[in-house]
Amino acid sequence: MSVLAVKDLHVSVETEQGTKQILKGVDLTVNQGEIHAIMGPNGSGKSTLAYSIAGHPKYHVESGSVTLDGVEVLTMSVDQRARAGLFLAMQYPVEIPGVRVADFLRTAKTALDGEAPALRPWIKEVNEAMKGLRMDKTFSERNVNEGFSGGEKKRHEILQLELLKPRFAILDETDSGLDVDALKVVSEGVNRAKAATGLGVLLITHYTRILRYIKPDFVHVFVDGKIAEEGGPELAERLEDEGYDRFLPNSSESASASVV
Amino acid sequence: MSVAPQIPAPQKATLEQHGAKAHSDGGWDASEKGFIPVQTRSERFSSVLHDDFPAVTGQEVDWKLSPVDLLRPLIDDELDGSEYELAAPDAVGAVVEWVPRDDARVGSAGKPEDRASANAWSSTQKVLSITLSGETPVALGVDRTGFGSTPRGAHTVITATKHTSAHVVIRSTGAAHVVENLEIVVEDGADLTLVSLQEWDDDAIHLASHFAQVGRDAKLTHIIVSLSGKVVRVNPSVHLSGEGSSAELYGLYFADAGQHLEQRVYLHHEAANTKGRVNYKGALQGAGARTVWVGDVLIGRQASGTDSYEQNRNLVLTEGTRADSIPNLEIETGDILGAGHASATGRFDDEQLFYLQARGITEAEARRLVVIGFLSEIVQKIGDAALEAYLHEKIEWELSASASQGGAA
Ligand SMILES: Nc1ncnc2c1ncn2[C@@H]1O[C@H](COP(=O)(O)OP(=O)(O)OP(=O)(O)O)[C@@H](O)[C@H]1O
Ligand SMILES: [Mg+2]
Repeated sequence: MSVLAVKDLHVSVETEQGTKQILKGVDLTVNQGEIHAIMGPNGSGKSTLAYSIAGHPKYHVESGSVTLDGVEVLTMSVDQRARAGLFLAMQYPVEIPGVRVADFLRTAKTALDGEAPALRPWIKEVNEAMKGLRMDKTFSERNVNEGFSGGEKKRHEILQLELLKPRFAILDETDSGLDVDALKVVSEGVNRAKAATGLGVLLITHYTRILRYIKPDFVHVFVDGKIAEEGGPELAERLEDEGYDRFLPNSSESASASVV
Repeated sequence: MSVAPQIPAPQKATLEQHGAKAHSDGGWDASEKGFIPVQTRSERFSSVLHDDFPAVTGQEVDWKLSPVDLLRPLIDDELDGSEYELAAPDAVGAVVEWVPRDDARVGSAGKPEDRASANAWSSTQKVLSITLSGETPVALGVDRTGFGSTPRGAHTVITATKHTSAHVVIRSTGAAHVVENLEIVVEDGADLTLVSLQEWDDDAIHLASHFAQVGRDAKLTHIIVSLSGKVVRVNPSVHLSGEGSSAELYGLYFADAGQHLEQRVYLHHEAANTKGRVNYKGALQGAGARTVWVGDVLIGRQASGTDSYEQNRNLVLTEGTRADSIPNLEIETGDILGAGHASATGRFDDEQLFYLQARGITEAEARRLVVIGFLSEIVQKIGDAALEAYLHEKIEWELSASASQGGAA
């Protein structure tokens, strides 16, 4: 069974005011097939955790480790991590002008598998996955994320999740900005991926809404760069009712908006 | 600090004004500061006579970014102005012929604005005339292969007659040491796409001035693709002289080590309700790769209802390159729909690379995708699937060829 383990992770970023500590000792273990929800106030470091695991160059790991089945991930390049089985659905997917979705998907699949997928079955698979996510066929002819609405960008992320078949996926606020219908469609996509491959999921969210469709096994409360409390699905309900106040020494201080 | 108002330009430009200080930066900024340009772009001196232009020092505004020393023979020496070798397979609706320089069509779209262009004008003996007409869309390809390496002057006139729709590709390969004038007349209601594809030998030197007049409700799509040559300088100047006319001016260039690729674009909105779009994109790779883009847009007094936008973007792939990018916007009427410009020169976008790599794509492959994607916005405008595919291949080849010369960032 696959295991993604984060141990005592400390991460900083360089800012104009100097080095800023963001992650202050994160411990987290996700087993294959488990769904872990991470909830926490704006600016607490959730995206930083996601990007650090994926290897974004902006974030400096000061100490700690991230292992996939015991193998250190932090020394790998971004693409090596993806090929090792990690996937990050981004909070704000970037536009890549001039690169068609179809070409992008095929290039990514080829990179992950080490060989190009057989054309016909691949096209069929792409079309079916797009259909499942209620994406129009014309999307494959468009440039990656260019002119996509917020909801379309999120569907496109989940399309990749379904097609690229990682072992562990981090979903950074995939639910934000989706209306109820889109939320259902996207959640179904995640559940399909999990059913098909036994995916482990780290689901970052602000809202319990998505947890009605994607049932978490564990809920972690993320505050000020670390996990402040852990529990089962009932913890999410409590957070919805009570907010994060009881975790915050001074609630006005942590309301800073995210810049990632 | 406020700048003292200066005397408006006289109606007729004089020779003294045709120099470095006579260049206008125009645009909103200038008018906000109460600055009146000394000379608007439309008043730049023009003549068909070489001697009417003062000797080029290399300090002039339109020469100072060019390697003038390499251009001396084309600016000043006697040029061979005879016919050159070309291939133009028969195309329905197209007449391709050599005509004498006193043919009535010569001079119908514009006149030289610099000494090299005037040198070509006065040296050319035979003018290549391309006339496009008919009810059905015309598709013509002209392959220019035989300029050779002695200094030459050349002149072409392309006429899209009334209501003709035509797609013309002029492809230039081989050795060249040439300065040329190319006139484009898009008559009322016509729709012309002209692709000028420069794929010269590595040591070729090519100076070109394109002059276009776009008639009433007519449309010109003008695309310059410069991929190789030692010095390639193509300056299109396009006049939207008919009401309701429009122009889309695109450029794509890829400068390798030691190459100088330059384009000075001038778009003049003369008549009312005209629309202009200028979009040039370039990549630079290898030591000494050099590009220049100047975009002058002039919205004239009569050009109410103008809708204009110009932009230039350069992608810098390695150290040791230089890209100049200078947009100028000059507006003489307040009654316009919109006008704007943008210019950016930068390295790879790290977020784009991260996104691709996060999907397992290697860094090298991610870079390749981003460059090809960046340039393909222009390739997609060409409107000829085979040529588009060819250019994608060519760009891939350029990328790998110059990367293997030892230059990847
Ligand atoms: N490049 C950066 N420069 C300065 N500060 C940064 C940078 N990147 C992140 N931060 C800061 O790090 C903290 C954590 O940001 P992060 O995006 O990880 O929070 P988040 O929990 O994902 O927030 P949100 O819920 O708003 O998405 C924030 O205070 C943010 O401003
Ligand atoms: Mg975030």
